[in-house]
Amino acid sequence: MGFFTSSIGRKIVMSLTGLFLITFLIVHLGVNLLTLVSAELFNEASHFMATNPLIQAMQYVLALGFVLHISQGIILQIRNKQARPQNYAMNKPATNSSWSSRSMILTGLLILLFLILHLKDYFWVMKFGEMPAGQTDYDLVTGLFQNKLYTLIYVASFILLGFHLDHGFQSAFQSAGVNHRKYTPMIRKIGRVYSLLMALGFSLIALYFSFAN
Amino acid sequence: MKLTLKIWRQAGPGKAGKMETYPIDGISPDMSFLEMLDVLNNKLVTEGQEPVAFDHDCREGICGACSLYINGEAHGPDRGVTTCQLHMRKFKDGDTIYIEPWRAKAFPVIKDLVVDRGAFDRIMAAGGFVSVNTSGNTLDANSIPIPKDDADKAFDAATCIGCGACVASCKNSSAMLFVSAKVSQLALLPQGRVEAQRRVLNMVEQMDKEGFGNCTNTGACEVECPKGISLENIARMNREYIKAGLLSES
Ligand code: HEM
Ligand code: SF4
Ligand code: FES
Repeated sequence: MGFFTSSIGRKIVMSLTGLFLITFLIVHLGVNLLTLVSAELFNEASHFMATNPLIQAMQYVLALGFVLHISQGIILQIRNKQARPQNYAMNKPATNSSWSSRSMILTGLLILLFLILHLKDYFWVMKFGEMPAGQTDYDLVTGLFQNKLYTLIYVASFILLGFHLDHGFQSAFQSAGVNHRKYTPMIRKIGRVYSLLMALGFSLIALYFSFAN
Repeated sequence: MKLTLKIWRQAGPGKAGKMETYPIDGISPDMSFLEMLDVLNNKLVTEGQEPVAFDHDCREGICGACSLYINGEAHGPDRGVTTCQLHMRKFKDGDTIYIEPWRAKAFPVIKDLVVDRGAFDRIMAAGGFVSVNTSGNTLDANSIPIPKDDADKAFDAATCIGCGACVASCKNSSAMLFVSAKVSQLALLPQGRVEAQRRVLNMVEQMDKEGFGNCTNTGACEVECPKGISLENIARMNREYIKAGLLSES
């Protein structure tokens, strides 16, 4: 059996792609936070991201990361369901595990829905679409949050992302074989802080532009 | 104590089964869970009914034969004990208790609450041993110095009794806690290093063939394991597997 089609091999792929996406989110949030500083600064950063050849190359790596993460996640979920054809009449999973750890496929798939909406409204427009005359990336990013329903969908997705990451962060280390009596408790704490920062940071931007003007 | 038992009844492998209700009275809080089932079976036999089949052997928490998913938890609501060590004082008079077999594709039901855990034996046969020459010049194990920490960790891993509660509790029916304990108990010791690479590859391959699910690190196994086998072992197995997968020449 091949390394990457074995149970542990697939976990390694989940873990490495997950850690890569975690890094990507830090950069993404960093750039977005610039919208709170000034329109010019954000437009400059956005222009840099859209033209720098290294970032352009990374886009394909990122796309591959998402495709691998999502496809392996779905394959694992199907196999895991098949491994238990008959369910318990009485089961109390909450006594031994956290909701976020048991709901990775749910939070993951909802993030995927969000991702599709997000790519359609921003990435697609910026990369392939025609920006209306005189409109900058800043106007596009902040403008959509005038719609309250849109803001609500975004904030809800960020909260789900927070749960996905709260389990995912430490899980990625464990899957990659990193478990240490001294460092694992630290990794768990960093993961919690990281997930909170991501969920709050992205939500803050959406809420700010929804209520600011 | 007066109780209502809801028990999975299934006549044989592949047969359709269902939950049946049995009222029972006169249960002492000092009885073990299996003794309570003995009382029920005595009653069923005197009434001319088929007794409930369940696995057990040592009845002192060392053999790993007893199983049972009790009220939604492997080995019942108590921690760090097997079903044979679970006492009725953990329940209240008037309780309804659900009793089900381990649920996993790799553990098919043989009858009622008895499942076939042969998959674990086949995983062990695939590599869960050290090949020792027993003809004559066997070395005393203590002649090889082993760091105390390693010896302790190996011993902790070796306390796994192969009961399968980890598989039963895992939402993915993953056997990784069991397999990792068996990989670790040998990988941590010099005698086990010799075959470490081949061992982890073969045991994981057999685990996958048996149809167990995949670990998503929920940690349910560690909580429900009667022997407190640590998730550290799963990380160690993954490390061993990555090393072996990258270095193996076949
Ligand atoms: C920016 C977005 C995302 C990030 C940062 C992320 C991050 C992570 C991380 C770090 C893990 C833990 C890996 C491990 O346990 O080794 C994980 C697991 C998982 N992710 Fe994501 N993820 C994202 C999006 C998605 C999407 C869109 C899906 C859609 C299906 C998804 C499905 C899953 C599943 C099912 C798992 C559990 C798999 C397992 O542990 O075996 N994720 N994710
Ligand atoms: S790891 Fe624990 S729960 Fe799993 S078989 Fe061993 S003793 Fe039982
Ligand atoms: S009967 Fe041996 S461990 Fe329970």
